[in-house]
Amino acid sequence: MQALLDVRKIRQDFPILNRRLKDGKKLVYLDNAATTQKPNEVIDAICKYYSEYNSNIHRAVYQIAEEATAEYEGTRENVRKFINAKYEEEIIFTRNTTESINLVAYSWGNANIKKGNTILLTEYEHHSNIVPWQILCKSRGARIKYLEVDEDGYLDLEVLDELLSMKGDGKIKLVSLSEMSNVLGTIFPAREIIKIAHEKNIPVVLDGAQSVPHMKTDVQQTGCDFLAFSAHKMLGPTGVGVLYVKKAILEQMKPFISGGDMIKEVHKENTIFNDLPYRFEGGTPNIADVIGFSAAIKYLNKIGMDNVRDHELEMTSYLLNRIQDIKNIKVYGPKIAKDRGGLVSFNIEGIHPHDCATILNDFGVAIRSGHHCAQVLMEKLDIVASSRASLYIYNTKEEIDILIDALNHARRIFNI
Amino acid sequence: MSEDIYREMILDHYRNPRNKGKIEEPDIRINDSNPLCGDEISIDLKVEGDIIKDIKFDGRGCAISQASASMLTEMVSNKPLTTIKDITKDDVLENIGLTNLGPARIKCALLSLKVLKLGMVKYYVDKDPTSAAQMKDESKVF
Ligand SMILES: Cc1ncc(COP(=O)(O)O)c(C=O)c1O
Repeated sequence: MQALLDVRKIRQDFPILNRRLKDGKKLVYLDNAATTQKPNEVIDAICKYYSEYNSNIHRAVYQIAEEATAEYEGTRENVRKFINAKYEEEIIFTRNTTESINLVAYSWGNANIKKGNTILLTEYEHHSNIVPWQILCKSRGARIKYLEVDEDGYLDLEVLDELLSMKGDGKIKLVSLSEMSNVLGTIFPAREIIKIAHEKNIPVVLDGAQSVPHMKTDVQQTGCDFLAFSAHKMLGPTGVGVLYVKKAILEQMKPFISGGDMIKEVHKENTIFNDLPYRFEGGTPNIADVIGFSAAIKYLNKIGMDNVRDHELEMTSYLLNRIQDIKNIKVYGPKIAKDRGGLVSFNIEGIHPHDCATILNDFGVAIRSGHHCAQVLMEKLDIVASSRASLYIYNTKEEIDILIDALNHARRIFNI
Repeated sequence: MSEDIYREMILDHYRNPRNKGKIEEPDIRINDSNPLCGDEISIDLKVEGDIIKDIKFDGRGCAISQASASMLTEMVSNKPLTTIKDITKDDVLENIGLTNLGPARIKCALLSLKVLKLGMVKYYVDKDPTSAAQMKDESKVF
């Protein structure tokens, strides 16, 4: 079969992949679910802003400020197209997924969640999609319910339907869930879930931190009311997140962070807020990195998100096949590669994930070990931690082979 | 290299931890966890006339944190409680033979010392609050 992506060529665009570690080893970077590497295009775009047209946006009238504003707002349009939102105003820049979810919880949540209401999450959520809701519910006297995830990492949509159909006291006012689990790797059927919720007039927040970077996103097709994701997990810089909100909902929402830039007029006693989406972007934003994010989106568009997905699927199948042959290994999440994004979490019996990651580091292999900010799921799986290898467009089968060799070496060191 | 870390002594203490478990009616019971990795250590102590008569630890975590806790209990068993005050990070790292751990893994190795020092401070808080306050400042491991 012909390779789907020209990975050798892609790798040349990422300077970090050429660096050598201690003892001259190559970096085998398999922690892409935490953050991805950045291509030259992104690094150059940030450099170019600082060296050629650094200025504050939106207010000044001179040339370089106009250039900066055009690039910043151009990113908004690129993000809109990337997720196929209808209107540019629906795109709000934040710092990361976490801040995006907090914005929903504080602004929409405080206005709409009342005493006795219930918010539905799932057991596999990242802490950033649990803690803001806990704080909101404590202050409003509301409750959280968790939709169970089964042993193989799937949700039961019939149970979801039942829960969402409940009337009276336990009625669910909001569903917030991740489209792809950062531990199990499962891709969940967002469109179906949202359809079930919308039949009952319940809005849905999608945490797209893991899904948006790895597959085609179409908010009009899935119909989500809110979508949160981070630039740094999709080749972009740190410090930039996106919150998409359906316009009809956004128009009703009150500001979250207030001050400069988000206003039209300020008087001693009152303020008229700015138009959408600026009302939600108080203060000088992260201009350089938003502009850098544009370059990341262009890079992904050039490859094509369907090709990104196909490459990851091929790599994930290979990884799943090879890793299951390791003795005494427990792999979490779906057994079927196509139900997964490009990540695999596992434990080798008798080797703690931290020890495993330390030994892998000898091979230049960077994987993540720990609870992955998903302690509710860890409790459900009855483990304290796991190891996780996560892939992206530049990973190769040779790198997966190095990972497997390193895992077998860890077994030898621990005599397992 | 990890072969230098995961030597037989560490693996032995990891697989056959000394003084593992709980003490019934301990004089001191204290626990803490490492938020980065979720490693947990709890320590029980029985103190008689300022001497550590019995010590047991419990917990979940990596080989380094568990082996280090096991070796630390051996180090202080039957010693005066105040010796805990004088144990330094380097003492622990030398005792377990890991002096070149990276910054992330050092916390695994030192978690049990942190817990033990917290326990000692807690013990003295009731008896001698003034010196306990000073001890608290001096006892910070990380
Ligand atoms: C599913 C999921 N949600 C949210 C986040 C939080 O992303 P960030 O740290 O960029 O806010 C992550 C990343 O770790 C994630 O994997």
